[in-house]
Amino acid sequence: MEIKEFIVKMAEAIEIENANSLTAETKFRELGEWSSLSVMLLIVFFDEELDRQIGDTDIKKCQTVGDLYNLATK
Amino acid sequence: MAILSFEGVGIAAMAAAVPHTVINNYSYTDYFPANQVKEVVDKVGVYERRFADADTCSSDLCFDAAERLIADNDIDRNEIDLLVFISQTPDYRMPATSILLQHRLGLKQSCIAFDINLGCAAFCYGLSVVYGMMQSGGIRKVLLLDGETRSKVYSPKDRRSAFIFGDAGVAALIERDEKFERSVFSLNSDGSLGDLIMIKGGGYRHPSSVETLKERVVDEYGNIRNDEQGYMRGGDVFNFVIREVPRDIKRTLEYAGLTTADFDYYVFHQANNFINSYIAKKMKLDTSKIPSTIAKYGNTSSVSVPLTIISELKDNMVGEKRLLLSAFGVGMSWATGIVPFVDCRISDIVEV
Repeated sequence: MEIKEFIVKMAEAIEIENANSLTAETKFRELGEWSSLSVMLLIVFFDEELDRQIGDTDIKKCQTVGDLYNLATK
Repeated sequence: MAILSFEGVGIAAMAAAVPHTVINNYSYTDYFPANQVKEVVDKVGVYERRFADADTCSSDLCFDAAERLIADNDIDRNEIDLLVFISQTPDYRMPATSILLQHRLGLKQSCIAFDINLGCAAFCYGLSVVYGMMQSGGIRKVLLLDGETRSKVYSPKDRRSAFIFGDAGVAALIERDEKFERSVFSLNSDGSLGDLIMIKGGGYRHPSSVETLKERVVDEYGNIRNDEQGYMRGGDVFNFVIREVPRDIKRTLEYAGLTTADFDYYVFHQANNFINSYIAKKMKLDTSKIPSTIAKYGNTSSVSVPLTIISELKDNMVGEKRLLLSAFGVGMSWATGIVPFVDCRISDIVEV
């Protein structure tokens, strides 16, 4: 999956309205929509869309959308 | 593979007690703004919960449930040969609460009584222990009591756990009878995940002290608790659950030679609505067969599975019913149960 596609799908999954505003450098925790619940949505997104199992610990290590993309594709 | 099966033993009757105090979660706004609360509440699907008052323990809820069970079913107390109390919110660190309940319930001295200290998956563990002991043949009737006052465990200032937990107690009468077909239980443990859900202080590893009682900010979201209050790493729990729970259910069904279509109801631990909906979707289960009490009682830990049966299936248990029970929680400890019911008598829920 290319990072563009990843961003669009992830934005939808974690309920971020304007996916166009996101880049690999975006710090996702600074987004207005980000909350502790977003973690759950992100885990579902990884499980459903990417068949990858991640937890809090994996997400904690990520700062940017690019880090999440690396987690998804590594 | 720790899979157990039993025949000729089952749950003949059940009763439950809940505290009378209803917490409306939208209005639980002492520490967080209403809009934030609403967002969390809508996601976890817990709209109401019951909170025990300061003087009411898990044992008191179970006591009232047991008295109702005994009265409604005309049980001869002398025939109760075993009492098991499941809880992680006991009256004392010692003695075991089950033994105090033996006396309070007027049971004879030759009654076996002990506690099981396990979390959300414990009801299946309790059934397995009781069914196993009944195979010895010397036990006529059993009271399986399961109670929790988790409202007293978690910090109201930690939004990851403040809106989820509630209190309740249940009592189940277990008897031997040819009419009960095979029950199957799969019981699992993974202590490497012991720190996913934990109350760190107040045991003997980190005894109670000024330090353990000190409130502090614990994460980047500004959540506050002390070390004698429970915490939960929700994301890691969720990640564990969506992987292991469907796997264990599949494995247990394969062992028993059954498919999900062979069940009248699937009763899941009421962790939160988000998790349960996702498991149902992932396993492609018929949601009309999944009773739920998460909206009105919240997560009552190990009580949630039997409480959901009592609350939601009271009028649906005539004749033979096969239930799939599935629960997971602190430990991590998780269980799947295939449990046949035959004309199970269910009492009205008592308010304490």
